[in-house]
Amino acid sequence: MQAIRRIRSRTIVLPAADVDTDQIFPARFLTTTSREGLSQALFADWRFDASGALQPEFVLNRTESTGCSILVAGRNFGCGSSREHAPWALHDYGIRAVISTSIADIFFNNALKNGLLPVLVDAETHLWLLAHPGAEVEIDLEASTVKLPDGRRAGFPMEAFARHCLLHGVDELGYLLSRLPAIEAHERKPARHSPA
Amino acid sequence: MFEKIWAAHEVVPESAETPAVLYVDLHLIHEVTSPQAFTRLRSRGLSVRRPDRSLATLDHATPTDTQQVFGGVPIRLESAARQIAELERNAAESGIELLGLRDERRGIVHVIGPELGVTQPGMTIVCGDSHTSTHGAFGTLAFGIGTTEVGHVLATQCLLQRKPKALAVEVRGKLSRGVGAKDLVLAIISQIGVAGGSGMIIEYRGEAIRALSMDERMTVCNMSIEAGARAGMIAPDETTFEYLRGRPRAPSGADWDRALVAWRQLPSDKGAAFDREAALDAADVEPMISYGTNPGMTIPVGGNIPMRDDEAFLKALRYMGFAPGEAIAGKAVDIVFIGSCTNSRLSDLRAAATLLRGRKVARGVRMLVVPGSQQVKRAAEAEGLHEVFTAAGAEWRESGCSMCVGINGDTAAAGRYVVSTSNRNFEGRQGQGARTLLASPVTAAAAAVTGRVTDPRELMA
Ligand code: SF4
Repeated sequence: MQAIRRIRSRTIVLPAADVDTDQIFPARFLTTTSREGLSQALFADWRFDASGALQPEFVLNRTESTGCSILVAGRNFGCGSSREHAPWALHDYGIRAVISTSIADIFFNNALKNGLLPVLVDAETHLWLLAHPGAEVEIDLEASTVKLPDGRRAGFPMEAFARHCLLHGVDELGYLLSRLPAIEAHERKPARHSPA
Repeated sequence: MFEKIWAAHEVVPESAETPAVLYVDLHLIHEVTSPQAFTRLRSRGLSVRRPDRSLATLDHATPTDTQQVFGGVPIRLESAARQIAELERNAAESGIELLGLRDERRGIVHVIGPELGVTQPGMTIVCGDSHTSTHGAFGTLAFGIGTTEVGHVLATQCLLQRKPKALAVEVRGKLSRGVGAKDLVLAIISQIGVAGGSGMIIEYRGEAIRALSMDERMTVCNMSIEAGARAGMIAPDETTFEYLRGRPRAPSGADWDRALVAWRQLPSDKGAAFDREAALDAADVEPMISYGTNPGMTIPVGGNIPMRDDEAFLKALRYMGFAPGEAIAGKAVDIVFIGSCTNSRLSDLRAAATLLRGRKVARGVRMLVVPGSQQVKRAAEAEGLHEVFTAAGAEWRESGCSMCVGINGDTAAAGRYVVSTSNRNFEGRQGQGARTLLASPVTAAAAAVTGRVTDPRELMA
């Protein structure tokens, strides 16, 4: 995984609340066994109409969205299924951070593991961001702040270990493997609530 | 209860710098969210550490058409066939038990775990599927994980986790006639909201919960994720133990007695603290149905769609082809789907059959009945339920996720209305442009008979 320190970009704003993983990555594309090139399916039913033609009014299709890597989303973004295809597709599309007031639990965890930064800001900052699509924003992971164009900064929570992994491009599996002796010791203990 | 299970599985406790290393007793695997995890493992030169603690099945992309499962007809969806073949290969190479395409024990991952007795109180269970919360009905800590985490469990049998907060949902009183577990959980979600349990563990308690059968408890825990929760749990009791007694993989003999002693220790101590609490009265719950595009947009079948004018709400109604303030009863229906890990167990099929017996599916309506597992299918056939369904004009199919998720060939066309016993009414979930109305098995069966959204109590003698 690539290390992330700072993300600086104009924003794409998708204000809808409760955007679920079936919108981010429609189920019918799930029968893939690979994780490459998934951006093709990203928001497919919003980006394209039934005949496959581009929907010019959808925010991702507007010219000003080209090259943006920060998505400002409505509350409860990423609710629904555990499919990691959702963050894979966003990342493959070029999105590196999602900012909202709340992000669904499994999506949040999946995003962290794929170099897609889930950023939770206060309601006031969120409202400002929703009202200013295309604003140039800087996310500083080390300081855990979002800097708005006028210089104001809003902090965001980031679990210490996740921040460490993102900053240093470490993947969690390495850490887990380093704890194998403790895992083996745990397996030798008699189970407390089961006979097996 | 949650605290006790958590503590018993902490390999390394959490600290300010690092999350806990949490041990996983049982890892359930299916064809859709696992291939990339096995690929990752291979590319790092790692092998599956505890194949004996994993169980794989085929359900999500697997066809429910008998000809494709048993008749030698090739699987129509090529990508699905590839996923199935890949899981077959991954399971064989790693020594993980796979209940294969024609195995009599195959079925939806959350139906077969309990049915085989591998799901047991006090365990930690994970699966690359958000509805893993279903297993919490047994007093189990069970939650969905992403594919990267599937890889973590394959390689180490552990996950890195911060301890979530706990929410108690107390359901007082008794459910009334014609009202089931599905109605109850839809009512809970519409009360606390689709993000109401965000990241938390919900423990359901109270008189109405105690009175539920295991099948019904699974229906409630199944939909915890639709309230944003990571898991749902119900403390084990005699109902739980009776269900598990004699299951093929449940403990037996002296082991069973030891297990009972351990399991009886699990329920929360009196006065256990929760981070939040919510309560509702079972007597107030009516047969429910969804009208929008998330499981919180739900009303009693006899009710009217709310009047609101925010853009998200109106967008959802536009997708559904409904207007604010309209009655939902009487809306025309094209397809009725009985199935999914929410409502495809024997008691669900019985409930639907009771309403359908001696009646016909309305002209122009397609009805699919998809048992949650092959064992449910055989048990239903032994009772003659399949004859009730086929005599009514419904399709009786092989087990699988079917129309809960449109990736196995069972889909609805754009604009069609589907009354569905599944758990998600997201846009496009059952097919591009398809419109889902979530309901209980009896409400779905009533809609099949009349061809319209109908209060099932009108058809009950
Ligand atoms: S039935 Fe539906 S919700 Fe359940 S596991 Fe299958 S796809 Fe997921």
